[in-house]
Amino acid sequence: MKVSIEINGTTVSEEVEDRTLLVHFVREQAGLTATNIGCDTTSCGACTVLLDGESVKSCTVLAAQADGHSVTTLEGLHGEDGDLHPVQRAFREEHGLQCGFCTPGMIMASVSLLDHNPKPTRQEVRAGLEGNLCRCTGYHNIVNAVMNASGQEVQR
Amino acid sequence: MIPAQFTYRRVSSVDEALAAVAEHGDDAKLLAGGQSLLPLMKLRFAAPEVVIDIGPLDELRYVRAEGGEIAIGAMSRYHDLHRDPVLAEHAPLLAHVAGEVGDQQVRHRGTIGGSLVHADPAADLPAAVLAVDGVLVARGPDGERRIPAAEFFQGPFETPLAPEELLTEVRIPAQGGAGWGFEKFTRRSIDWAIVGVVVAGSAVSLINMGGTPMRASATEAALADGASAAEAAALAAEGTSPADEAHATAEYRQHLARVLTERALVSAGR
Ligand SMILES: Cc1cc2nc3c(=O)[nH]c(=O)nc-3n(C[C@H](O)[C@H](O)[C@H](O)COP(=O)(O)OP(=O)(O)OC[C@H]3O[C@@H](n4cnc5c(N)ncnc54)[C@H](O)[C@@H]3O)c2cc1C
Ligand code: FES
Ligand code: FES
Repeated sequence: MKVSIEINGTTVSEEVEDRTLLVHFVREQAGLTATNIGCDTTSCGACTVLLDGESVKSCTVLAAQADGHSVTTLEGLHGEDGDLHPVQRAFREEHGLQCGFCTPGMIMASVSLLDHNPKPTRQEVRAGLEGNLCRCTGYHNIVNAVMNASGQEVQR
Repeated sequence: MIPAQFTYRRVSSVDEALAAVAEHGDDAKLLAGGQSLLPLMKLRFAAPEVVIDIGPLDELRYVRAEGGEIAIGAMSRYHDLHRDPVLAEHAPLLAHVAGEVGDQQVRHRGTIGGSLVHADPAADLPAAVLAVDGVLVARGPDGERRIPAAEFFQGPFETPLAPEELLTEVRIPAQGGAGWGFEKFTRRSIDWAIVGVVVAGSAVSLINMGGTPMRASATEAALADGASAAEAAALAAEGTSPADEAHATAEYRQHLARVLTERALVSAGR
């Protein structure tokens, strides 16, 4: 079927199989590879994108379901002038960096979390990011990054 | 993992959805939030020939106070329910439970209708709707019928809905300020419950203690006789038949049911 999705402000129209997953559409049809396939079982959050502004796991959405809707990926977060998004900047400042697989999904989930809860507590940040797993390091600096992005105090 | 081949079909009204299921019957599956169906299709546990996407049915996405009842459209997402002011006022239990399902991303997609029809004994909303004596409204070729929650959950993933029927609405009594409690024990925070307990006024229902959500009848009877939370909770596992699984033996689950029931009763103010 023909699917048209507005990705980061640009409409991408492609003929795909009905069973194509959104994550594959974003990576292969749109050529945007910040969105990763980690677990492929809806557990890790590495494939998180914003669909009509809300975080979703794109390995568990069909491209067809996003037809006619808008998607934002990590590549679409920065401002017109190329400035980092406040959440991206905070991740850099707090060294909230994980590996390349986890970080984009963590940032997208954080953007969505702050959108609904601009001043979360540390506990709310942890609960909000429970759908994003890191398999090797820790969450402390990521929690700090979200606190920083929300203009709140971080813990050293 | 990608699902097996299927034909995708999108519908834009309940009538169109009913026509589509009438046409395809058993070969088709309705796709609501996809948070259960798509993982199953990716694992090839489900392989429908036709997938009918009811995602666009915004006419089924609402929460309304009607007399002493709250009507919830089947396509309302967990996220909608968690933030809904009507629910917060008249059914805070449901608003709370909706916010405890899965993770942020799952709550942005998953719907109350999908959760109820999927009928996973480990799911949260079925037990909550059972505790508040909810009624499920289904529409099919012969019109509408109402099924009490107590008759809806017939076995694991088993309900009386026919393939030609659509769940359209859930109706629950407005409980106002009646005491409620919710406890859920999970292995990882985003997981389904190993055991969960929902308390709504004088009703107590259990998650994952058998093939369906179930009421803790012995506990409810003891409470009616004036037992304390601890005394009533001690009976929570009576009549349950949880399975032995890798992460929890049946005995452990029954122990958890008693512990969590006491906590839920205490937080409900019993
Ligand atoms: C990572 C993860 C964690 C989760 N954790 C939890 C948890 O903690 N607790 C919990 O309860 N659940 C959990 N879930 C399951 C989640 O709640 C699902 O969203 C829900 O069970 C199904 O809702 P859905 O709208 O996504 O339905 P879908 O997956 O689209 O559909 C499920 C089934 O219902 C049928 N159906 C859907 N809507 C209708 C309708 N209106 N009429 C007739 N049939 C219909 C479909 O055909 C399908 O058979 C989790 C899921 C994931 C991926
Ligand atoms: S790849 Fe989608 S959640 Fe892990
Ligand atoms: S940072 Fe990616 S696995 Fe830990």
